[in-house]
Amino acid sequence: MLEIVNLHASVDGQPILKGINLRIGAGEVHAIMGPNGSGKSTLSNVIAGREDYEITEGDIRFHGESILELAPEERAHLGVFLSFQYPVEIPGVTVSNFIKTAINESKKARGEEPLDASSMLKKMREKMDLLEMDKGFLSRSLNEGFSGGEKKRNEIFQMAMLEPTLAILDETDSGLDIDALRIVANGVNALRSPQNAFMVITHYQRLLDHIVPDYVHVLFKGKIVKSGDKSLALDLEERGYDWIKKEQE
Amino acid sequence: MKERLAASYWLHESHYTALSSPTVTERRRAAMERFEAEGFPTVRHEDWKYTPLKKILKEDYALSSPFSAQDDAEPIEFKDIKRYLVNDIDCYRVVFINGRYSAWLSETTHQGFDVCTLGSAWKKYKDQVEPHFGRLTETLGATVQLNTALAWDGLYVRVPDHVTLDKPIQALYFTTGDQPMFTQTRSLILLGEGAKAEIIERHQSLTSSASWTNAVDEVFMGAQSHLHWVKLQHDEASAALTQHSVIEQKRDSHATVHTISTDGKFLRNNLDFKLTEPGAESRMFGLSLADGQQLVDHHTRVDHLAPHCTSRENYKGIFDGQSNGVFNGQIHVHVDAQKTLAFQENDNLILSEKASIDTKPQLEIFADDVKCSHGCTVGQLDEDALFYLRARGIQRKEAQALLMLAFAHDAVADIQHPSLQAKLHRLIGNKLGVDMSAVV
Ligand SMILES: Nc1ncnc2c1ncn2[C@@H]1O[C@H](COP(=O)(O)OP(=O)(O)O)[C@@H](O)[C@H]1O
Ligand SMILES: [Mg+2]
Repeated sequence: MLEIVNLHASVDGQPILKGINLRIGAGEVHAIMGPNGSGKSTLSNVIAGREDYEITEGDIRFHGESILELAPEERAHLGVFLSFQYPVEIPGVTVSNFIKTAINESKKARGEEPLDASSMLKKMREKMDLLEMDKGFLSRSLNEGFSGGEKKRNEIFQMAMLEPTLAILDETDSGLDIDALRIVANGVNALRSPQNAFMVITHYQRLLDHIVPDYVHVLFKGKIVKSGDKSLALDLEERGYDWIKKEQE
Repeated sequence: MKERLAASYWLHESHYTALSSPTVTERRRAAMERFEAEGFPTVRHEDWKYTPLKKILKEDYALSSPFSAQDDAEPIEFKDIKRYLVNDIDCYRVVFINGRYSAWLSETTHQGFDVCTLGSAWKKYKDQVEPHFGRLTETLGATVQLNTALAWDGLYVRVPDHVTLDKPIQALYFTTGDQPMFTQTRSLILLGEGAKAEIIERHQSLTSSASWTNAVDEVFMGAQSHLHWVKLQHDEASAALTQHSVIEQKRDSHATVHTISTDGKFLRNNLDFKLTEPGAESRMFGLSLADGQQLVDHHTRVDHLAPHCTSRENYKGIFDGQSNGVFNGQIHVHVDAQKTLAFQENDNLILSEKASIDTKPQLEIFADDVKCSHGCTVGQLDEDALFYLRARGIQRKEAQALLMLAFAHDAVADIQHPSLQAKLHRLIGNKLGVDMSAVV
């Protein structure tokens, strides 16, 4: 589904990603771990199409086609979703209007009919139940005054509504308590299917207890320096990143 | 231009007296003398530094005189103005064409309160008009003096004590004709104790010829009275408006003024509040959306003359193209005005390199136990927010519009009528070139 080939990206001439290779197939869950500043958010932003980064080498292919020339919204229409590490507050735009707009823009781009109001509402209710969210949520301004946990839950709610084929979760677990973590993981697991895939960025093993990954990769200084199965996450939990840093030096 | 305006006054002075009263004429004359002495302000005048009147003075205006024969060659009919009305709210309607009252297009009342035209009030309500006309404008600048001297007609409202208007008032000032037109309009609003009124006002040109409306409003608010005033400024690209509104507030009265400026080539707003008794509260909101060659200028002034009064001010501006914005917010806290609360905020987005905003808060505080704050920002659209929206599948243009709408939100949030809100959102959407109906 997603193929990243020798990807180099820089900001203001400063290289950040230095040759990433990664293949994610349909139905798979990949965890990306790594110390702060190693380039995890950069990688997810670059996949989602953020224009601040210059791709100096390599390619990103989605279903076999390069997406490097596509705008962020076009990538979203293809089914790429990014749950932001820091969701943005947008006062004056309600959660429900925002989601309606997002869904119908994607439908329009794919040549589909817009979702009618009652189906939209029904779907929202369903997903809110799944994520144990309060109804009042829909009429609040997007992320404005939300707690860290509410913001993250709102991201997963949007993901559940948009039903992407590739969902990238950038530290969706940080700032969540155990209950919220379980709820968010339920939301993710409910979406798992043989047709779609997840890239889960996290610092902690605990999320991976709930969302069990097929592969774990360690990103360090802009490169994937180690890949393995879920036991690698347990190793990292136990031993930290120092041994990886040492190995690299 | 100055000479022509003065000549038109001196020529008609006896008419003014005959149709109003000698007291009123005395004030007109004094005003005309001041206008003649000062002339139109130039950019050397501190208050007009960024607002060159010479841009609109160069037209060869016809002067609309209240005493010349009415030109009925092409009468304006309801169908011509319908689209400028807020139709889905039941309102009193007071309509002026080139500064003259149109009974035919208006729906006024004298039952329980007066919603009518100042032109008919000079004599009929002499005991109301004489003590108020010109009292709040005496010391103001030359454009206001010009208006005091020449203006004849405009909205007249008088609400007796403890009466609430059963529906809002729409005041509509139209300009028409093939010739450039310079019009003076004047309104007088008198609210008794505990009275409540709501006004929706619009100045609108019906032609593509140049027009300039110079409007002055005096509002006297009794104790515990309430006023909500919405000024809709989305005029033709050939139209200019200079408007000076002064509101005097007594004890515990509440005034809210929304100024929504989207179109029109030259908009100069002066909005002054005089808080003369304790407990009065003034709130001002402004939203300016300018592009092309537009100029949108807001000069506001709050005089805190009594203790325990509150003023809150929140103006937002979005400037694109080669448009210019001016914001000057004066707050004067006088010696006796202890426990004043005064808050001022002016936030601006600049969308193009050629657009500009000059923003200047001016606080003068002579009391020591007060809470005052002011802030102004000038920035661009937040790239992080833009990316967030786009990553959710929203097109760049819609995403920008959504962010601008979010930015503008505070400035329109307090408008009570959902249909008026919807209309504003539509207007904002049109201005930004997107269909906002799906979003808000
Ligand atoms: N937009 C940007 N401008 C400048 N530097 C950036 C930008 N984005 C990321 N960086 C830098 O790139 C490095 C990787 O950051 P990031 O991708 O956020 O790492 P992580 O998510 O793994 O903590 C850091 O040194 C960070 O300062
Ligand atoms: Mg990060």
